[in-house]
Amino acid sequence: MSTVLANQERLRIFGLLSPAYLWLTVAIFLPLSAMLYFSFLSEVPFGDAEWSHTTENYEAFFQTSTYAILLWKSIRLGLIVTLVSVLVGFPCAYVLAKVIKGRSREALFLLVILPFWSNSLVRIFSWAIVLRGNGVLEIGLNAVLPFEVDVNLMFSTPAIVIGLVHSYLPYIILTSYLALQAIDDNLIDAARSMSANKLTILWRIILPLSLPGLLAGAVLIFVPVVGSFMEPRILGGRVGTYFGTVIEDQFVAVYNWPLGAALSFILLAVVLLILAVASPVLRRAQT
Amino acid sequence: MNKPIILAATLAISATGTAVLADEIRVLNWQGYGTDLGWAVDAFSKSTGHTVIHEYFNSEQEMLTKLRTNPGAYDVVLINAAFTPQAQGEGLIGPVDAASIANLADVPENLKGNEDLNAGGALHGVPWTWGLTSFAVNTNEVDELPTSIEVFWDTAHEGKVSIRDDALEAVQFAAIATGQDINNITDLDAIEAKLSDLMPQIKTYWGSENDWNQFMAAGDLDVATFWSGSASRSMAAGLPVQFIVPQEGAIGWLDGLSIPSSSTKKEAAHQFINWMIDPEFYVKWAAEGAPASANAKAAAALPDDAFNKRVLGDPEVVARVQFQRPVSDENREKYLELWQSLKAAQ
Repeated sequence: MSTVLANQERLRIFGLLSPAYLWLTVAIFLPLSAMLYFSFLSEVPFGDAEWSHTTENYEAFFQTSTYAILLWKSIRLGLIVTLVSVLVGFPCAYVLAKVIKGRSREALFLLVILPFWSNSLVRIFSWAIVLRGNGVLEIGLNAVLPFEVDVNLMFSTPAIVIGLVHSYLPYIILTSYLALQAIDDNLIDAARSMSANKLTILWRIILPLSLPGLLAGAVLIFVPVVGSFMEPRILGGRVGTYFGTVIEDQFVAVYNWPLGAALSFILLAVVLLILAVASPVLRRAQT
Repeated sequence: MNKPIILAATLAISATGTAVLADEIRVLNWQGYGTDLGWAVDAFSKSTGHTVIHEYFNSEQEMLTKLRTNPGAYDVVLINAAFTPQAQGEGLIGPVDAASIANLADVPENLKGNEDLNAGGALHGVPWTWGLTSFAVNTNEVDELPTSIEVFWDTAHEGKVSIRDDALEAVQFAAIATGQDINNITDLDAIEAKLSDLMPQIKTYWGSENDWNQFMAAGDLDVATFWSGSASRSMAAGLPVQFIVPQEGAIGWLDGLSIPSSSTKKEAAHQFINWMIDPEFYVKWAAEGAPASANAKAAAALPDDAFNKRVLGDPEVVARVQFQRPVSDENREKYLELWQSLKAAQ
């Protein structure tokens, strides 16, 4: 009797989950495995081109120091952008969750999400107009400040960081906001009644309790930034060559899909490795 | 069949005496590169009855891939002479029947006889246009027009220089600066050193003509590599730039129109190519900004102040040009590696 029930239960669960699994298969597993297959080919197998199976594309990564240098540069960019996003986004989320109440919170929320509704390319080009020498930022500052300033951030690493932080900031604000809102205000009141100062409350209560949200947001930012290519290319100019732009070149300019695919999987592996190494810390934060 | 088509078909028969049916030909080219001009296609349809449909590519590799994967889909394809031997070798394009292209008689022998266009011992690409990859200066920022390519390394222009983000172009540009043959580079180390010196001068790389125009208009650049056809367009549009062919020389390229071996409408394709090298078409196109025509009669028909006559019509300038030959995959990879490592070091 119980086995019949268990079987029925299993069938029901399977039935309910199958759309999700079907979606994962079609949207993620199939394209990824096609790319994985490409990464082991010598040529793109279109038309009469001769091709064979090879591991050369992966070996290419180790043959020159170029790719390793760029990968490290991309990881560093990911860390910087994540750090800046946390420093800016967490206070924003705190203010939204604990300080502001009522309708003005909704309005501010809208402002946080608003950039998400515009195309990312449009956003980046807008930054290009703002940051360029003799651009909107410089003219604006000179109109307000009593002394002349020369702001030409365009085609530099700070420009890339600004563009990326602006693109990904909503992630960390939203995830931190959810975590911060779940903190019972009574806990803070209790700490205050035991004469804890603001810093202690932040450090001992708010931060530990909101850490899962904060870390989720950080991961959501770090992973795409490491592979980003559009922002560095447009805002970075000469210094805008990263691992992502090299992968893009393989697909768009050089037409070497197998190498591009192999580099993508190396990036994926390295990112997974970083997350695996960080997972004990992440797990401790969850509990 | 509706009336206009019948009318057009009858006109076509009476005009050429050979066309029997109105065909729809498919042309594969870069977007906005001459063959897809609305008025030109209309004029062709009117005189022959054939309609023209365009498809585009963004790189030579993509063009070759499209030819390989879609046999029979294209009737005319633009191929840079440096790639014609490869396309011919793979059997993607067939020989052109010179007799059915009347305007070919006005194309000079040195272009018609170009070694690469005659891959496999027969004409496989009709010389259409040629041009230079050299550089242009912003005349608002540079008082005296430079005569040497060394202007790129002049520290007075530090942070105001740009070259295109393309490995082959960068390496060949440095080959000219180091006095080497662009088709037979012997001292790659010298090129690496020269490009490495250039890097701190560069503000950004440019990718497209549009990029280039924006950077120049914003005053971001003093001097940047550029294509002659694009330069004529930018100057015609009123940008304060001047195209320079330095004493060290410049990179030359030649574009041909070919007919895929799998085309089923070869007759119409020949007619279209004939129209593309017609002086009447070229003079009108040149007014909007075009590269130099391979047809001597067309080039001569230009007004004297036209960019292509003034700059590229000068035999002394043409003598300094090194025309691009096919590049082996091995060299291509070497150049790409060199360029990537230089960019990664920034």
